[in-house]
This record gives sequence, C-alpha cells and structure tokens, in this order.
Amino acid sequence: MTTDEKITPSQNGLSSIIKQTFDLVLIPFLAVVTALIIGGFIIVVTDAAVYTAFGEGGIGGGLAAIWTSVSVAYGSMFSGSLGSARDISESLVASTPYIFAGLAVAVGFRGGMFNIGVEGQLLLAVMASVYVGSNFSLPWIIHLPLTILAGMVAGAAWAALAGYLKAKTGAHEVINTIMMNYIVYLFSDWALNGFLCRTPCSSPVSPPVLESAFLPQFFYRLHFGFFLALIVAFAVWWLLFKTTIGFEIRTVGTNPNAARYGGIQTTKVMVLTMAISGALAGLAGASELLGVNRVLAAGFSSGYGFDAIALALLGRSHPLGVVLAALLFGTLRSGATRMQSLANIPTDIISIIQALVIVFIAAPAIIRWIYRIKAKGAEEGGGVMVQGWGS
Amino acid sequence: METTVSVLQEKRNVKMGIFFLAVSLAIVIFFALNTPVGLTTTFGLNPGAATNAPPLPDLTLPTMGTLWVLAFLAAFTGGWQLARGFKNLNVVLLFVVLLFVFAFMTWAARGKSMNLLGVISASLLRATPIAFGALSGILCERAGVINIAIEGMMLSGAMVSVLVASLFRNYDALNPTTGQPLFPDWFANIGRTLDMYNLSSAVPWYLLLGLLSGLIVGGLLAAFHAWLSIEFKVNQIISGTVINIFSMGITAFLSQRFLQPIQPLNSGGVFTALPIPILSSIPIIGPLLFENRFIVYVLFILVIAIHVMLFYTRWGLRTIAVGEHPKAADTLGVNVYRMRYINVILGGMIAGVGGAYFTIGSVGRFDENMTAGKGFIGLAAMIFGKWTPLGAFGSSLIFGFADALQQKLQIFASQVPIPSEFLLMAPYIITMVVLAGVIGRANPPAADGVPYEKD
Repeated sequence: MTTDEKITPSQNGLSSIIKQTFDLVLIPFLAVVTALIIGGFIIVVTDAAVYTAFGEGGIGGGLAAIWTSVSVAYGSMFSGSLGSARDISESLVASTPYIFAGLAVAVGFRGGMFNIGVEGQLLLAVMASVYVGSNFSLPWIIHLPLTILAGMVAGAAWAALAGYLKAKTGAHEVINTIMMNYIVYLFSDWALNGFLCRTPCSSPVSPPVLESAFLPQFFYRLHFGFFLALIVAFAVWWLLFKTTIGFEIRTVGTNPNAARYGGIQTTKVMVLTMAISGALAGLAGASELLGVNRVLAAGFSSGYGFDAIALALLGRSHPLGVVLAALLFGTLRSGATRMQSLANIPTDIISIIQALVIVFIAAPAIIRWIYRIKAKGAEEGGGVMVQGWGS
Repeated sequence: METTVSVLQEKRNVKMGIFFLAVSLAIVIFFALNTPVGLTTTFGLNPGAATNAPPLPDLTLPTMGTLWVLAFLAAFTGGWQLARGFKNLNVVLLFVVLLFVFAFMTWAARGKSMNLLGVISASLLRATPIAFGALSGILCERAGVINIAIEGMMLSGAMVSVLVASLFRNYDALNPTTGQPLFPDWFANIGRTLDMYNLSSAVPWYLLLGLLSGLIVGGLLAAFHAWLSIEFKVNQIISGTVINIFSMGITAFLSQRFLQPIQPLNSGGVFTALPIPILSSIPIIGPLLFENRFIVYVLFILVIAIHVMLFYTRWGLRTIAVGEHPKAADTLGVNVYRMRYINVILGGMIAGVGGAYFTIGSVGRFDENMTAGKGFIGLAAMIFGKWTPLGAFGSSLIFGFADALQQKLQIFASQVPIPSEFLLMAPYIITMVVLAGVIGRANPPAADGVPYEKD
C-alpha cells in the first residue's frame, strides 16, 4: 500500500500532483457513480408505476415514468441530506460513527487484520459507556472522558482478545470476531433485561446517560463527537505514518514473516493493532451514545460495523480517504430516510449500493472494463491482504 | 521431535483426567447437593405430536440418586484416565460431556417432567439449517475457497423460495383493492394444471418449485462469489461480506416493496411431516428420523452423499487436492479453476436450499433478516466438525441441541438460574475454543482462501 507516498509531492510539480490525485480517486469515484446507477436501475424495475406507465402511455410514457421514479428517489435523497442547514447537520451526525468505525477497520487492514467484529466491539463499548455514564455522578470534566474511556477500553479489550488468539494460536480473526459479535449480541440481550435495564425494568432499555457525560450538541443535533472524529482521524494518520509503532503495524500487515525476521515482535503488534481497532470501534459507539441517543436500547447499531468495511475499502484504508467515504455514506444514509418517507423506497437500497461499491473497489478490473480505463502498473486492491484461515 | 509430541500427549492425558474429575465434582456440587431428597425426574419418551410408533412409558428417575450415579461414572472415567489412560480420548470426552449434560437435565427438571424425545427432535429441526450451512461451507472450503457468505445465500434462498412458492400456490389470488385476479389467466392455468398432478400433500409441487428457486438463487450468488474470488482474485472474505450485505439489503428492500404489502406473495405454505412407511413405526428412532419434513430428508441424503462423494470418488479426491495443494493438482492435470467454480456453486445451491428451510420449511413466510446468524453458526459447525460432512452434521446437532435445550429450559426458569442467552452462546464459544486448539487442533484445508495463480 503506497497511498501516502502517492500523495507526497514529487519533483514533477503541481500538475503531476493533480494527475496523481486524479488517478487515485478515479476508481472510487466511478465505483460510487456506477453503484448509484445500478441502485437507480433496481428502484426502477421494482416500481409498479413504471410498468403501468409502459402499458398505458407506450414507450414515451414509460420513459417519463422511469425518469420520474429515479429523479424523485435520488432527488429526495439528496435534498433530504443536503437541502437545508438542518439536513446537512443530520448528515454530519450520521457520518460521525462511520468515521470512527471506518478508521477501526482501516487500522486493522493496515496491520493485516480483518476486523469484522467492529459491530460487537461497538456494542460492548456502548454497554460499558452507558454503565459508567448513567451510574456515576461526577463533574463533567471527569465524567465525560471517563465514560468515553470506558467504551474505548471495552472495545479495545474485546478486539485484543481476537488479536491475541490470532498471534498465539493462529485462530483466524475473521471467524473469531464473527463468533464474538454473536456473543456480544446475546450478552447485551441478557444485560438489557438485567443489570443494564432501567428500574423498573419494563422493556429492554438502559437508564439515560447523565447530563455530565453528554457530548454537547451545538448545531441542531450535530455534537462535538464529529470534531473528535476528525481529530482522531488525524491522530490515526500520524500514528500509522509518522511513528515507529505505525511503521511496525504496517510492516506486519504487509509481510508478517519479514517483520518477524526484522526484529518486530509480531505478537505484540497484532494485539496492539486489534486493540487500537477495537478502541476506535468503541469510540464509534460511545460518541453515538453520548452525542445522539443517550440511552441504549435494542437495535442501537444499524450495522455500522459492516458498513465500516465498505468505508475502509472505499477510503483505501487511509484516514483521509475514510473520512471522505464516511461523509459520503453518512449523507446517503441520512438522505435515504427522507427518500423512504417521500418516495416510499426502503432505506435498504443503501445497503445494496454499499455492497456494489465494495465489489467495484475490490475488483477494480470491472470498473476499468466498463469505462475502458487502462490499468497503470500493478493496481492494488486497497490495502487488503490475501490470506487463508490457517497460519 | 517425537518425544515432544508424546510429552505433549502425556500432558493432555493428565489434563483430561483432571477435567473428568472436575466434571464429576461439578455434578456433585452444582446439582446433587442442590437437590432435595425424594424428588424424581420424569423424562418423556414420546414425541409431542401423534406418531406411527407405539407409545413408550415415561422414564422416571430418582433425581438425587441419578446425579450421584452420573457423578460416580465421571469420577471413575477420570480415575481410569489418570491411572491407565484411554486410547480413544475424544470418544471418552464426548461420553463425559454427555454425562454432564444428562446430569444438568436431570437436575433442571427435578420434581417435574421433561419430554426428552421432544428436546431431541427439536434439536434436529434446529440443527437442519445449521447443517445445510455447514455442508455448503465444506464444499467451498475443501476446494480452497472461503465462504462466509453462507448467511447471505441462505437469506436470499429463504426469500426467493417463499416468493416463488407463494406465486404458484396463490395463482388465483385476488387483488384486495380491485377485486380483480392478481395474476394473468395463462399463469393461473399453469397452476390449475399442475394442481392436478400433485404427488403428495406433504410435498406439494409449488413448494418443490420454491425449493428449486432457492437452490438456483444460492447457486447464482455463489457463482458471483466464485467469479470475484477466482477471476479477480478478490479477497474471499471481502467477496463474502459483499454477498452478505447485498443479500441483507435486497431481501429487506424487496420484502418491504412486495412481500409485506401484497400478502399472496408471502404465504407459500410449508412442507408437512412425511412419515416413511414401516421405518416410522420403530420406537424412538421412527419418530425422530423417519417422520420428518421432506427438506430434512434432503439433508440426510446430502450428508451421506457428500461424505461418500468427497472421500470415495474421483471428484471428491480432486476437490481435496485442489484445496490442499492446487499447484500439485494442476500439474497432474486437474483444472483447478473449474473444480473451484463447480464446488463453490454446488455449495451455494446447498446454502440456498438451507435458506428455504427458514420459510417453506418451517413458517411459510419471509421476515427480514430471519436467518439471524444461522449461516455463521453453520460455519462454526463446519470448523467444529473438522471440515467433514459427518462431523459437521454432528456439530450441528450439538448446536441445535443447545438451542432446543434453552427453549425447553424456559419452562423450568423458576428452578434453573441460567439465562437462556448463555446457553445460546455455546456454539460460538465452542468454536473459539476449538479454533484456539484447546481440544484438538482444527486444521483447515491448506490452500483455503488462497487464490490460485497459474504460472
């Protein structure tokens, strides 16, 4: 993965930088556009009004109906996400957990770990945060950091377990984190009906977080978690590319055997990579809890952990790329809610678009084939390692 | 090298002996000492529903006496293990675990009655989708392609099979708002004609069509997975994740657009029990194995067929070769890509049929995300069963049993202070323990997940 080097200015001057940046974003951009086009196609072919129009109005009427169908859908999506100051704030709110979760997966990718367990780490972190946030009465200057920290530690510890098992026994982190997701789901089911339930416990909902642990909202519902996310993204970039630890993480991710021969303690680095990843997942949960929901109920996460895989791939596992991808998907998600109410199109269309984006990013050959773009040298798949279950 | 192995073996043998003694102690402390004197536990040996088999008397055991006997058996096994050692340790381990489970059930139902046969037959039903998933995984991974998309293939199979079955079952449904027929005449006529040639009321033709369409959808998704991972050498976990996300999205999307608003599209009927003559009247075995739904028989046949085909036919040995050492297989003239395509697509078809179990196999209706992680438990069963069909089927039964038991225990909630969620965690925890190599090493096929590049 040499994304960061590509961004570094070379001696060829400004035009070269622009050209390199263009090459870098071309495939992701076309991937998103193509996915949106296919999404539009799915909207059209599942729209009964289109068929009626073809029956009654012939080709002309049919084409008009197709245009109406797509334009109403995407129109309401984009006006719903960017149409007013309030809508923009909602989009940023939706982007916040995506930035954290995307960074979590990206750090894992950089270290050669596929953290598919962000969803579980996030949920466990929210449970820890809601426990600390609702049970202790402290001044906010202590309470807020402590509550966030509780989430980060819970997420980090849970993820580190998978890293440890991988390093010590070779047990594949993908299968372990999937299993650990389900363990957390069941644990939270139990906890929300037990010690985490508000008194009296009539439905599985936690007590609200105390005000001293709130991440304050300042622009409609936009809260300080958004800025925290940007700061953390910068910190992750600095950690990955400017520190020794970051170098070790990336080396282990590229070639663990070489790293071992080069004197890097791969066990330590694997555990650390997963711990950082889990801590970021924890931040995603904690910021959403303290900034938006302020209470934990069933269905807290709308699948951030899985969306995060798409974000990390789309952002090529680079913090800047992840932030941009998260802003895009936050916008799509918040717009999709409006689309559902105005155009009556289920929000799940976003999942379909997301899946398509991953396909095109992971197999850029498809995009190159569609748009007749020539491959430049050895194209990389976005910092994703190829490995099996074993070793 | 050999000495280290035998020393390790020795250590494990001692550990196992201590473990067996600990199990015995646990039975005494947690169960036997917690039981008032004079209670009995009754185990029902007849399935809940009417059956061809002659009824059996219930098994009534003195609770405390039984627990002490079980504890003694476990202690004896442990002592023997420490003193002499068993040859086939895994079988003994299974025996001791069974002792513990039986002790737990005896204790849980103290003073009451539990339908043992009911629990076991519920285990089989709950194991069925898991086993389909596990078999699907075996075919793919034996050929060297990781398939974490089983969940997604099952979900799609579940939706499409009920959609197709509903279409053909409700061919003469009326539009509730207009009162007009919902489907065109020619379509209704096909339905009427096929109705006349229906083979059996337990296996109606429209459900067979549903099953077939589930199979096709699973196969198509798998073909896409194979195409991405073989042709484009996309990381197979990413490719699988794509299919999972896509399936979750498209099924929820279509369900909200069509299946929920138009009820005739979401009521496909279900396979009902199809007793096999003669065999179904054998006590215990009959109601358990030979009085099942069509789709469960399909599973039985698949387990045996895949076992035989994988280990005793040219195709199977080639599959294993491709999954273990593709280069060597290629050198010997096996077409690696072709083998992988075939296996992944077959695996997807099995997952699709497994998905159909959720809808036309049990409730006849599709609900969003109704597979609820069963595909992933299937993956776990595959690992626990060490990538063999029989092992995977056995693991599925164990996981199904954990599920059935927690369901049953809810009746005894007042005297069993164990939350059902913790029993449901068992499959996941067992898988992690097995993967970590604590009880026997689970070795995946050597080339699993590694794209093959021809030189």
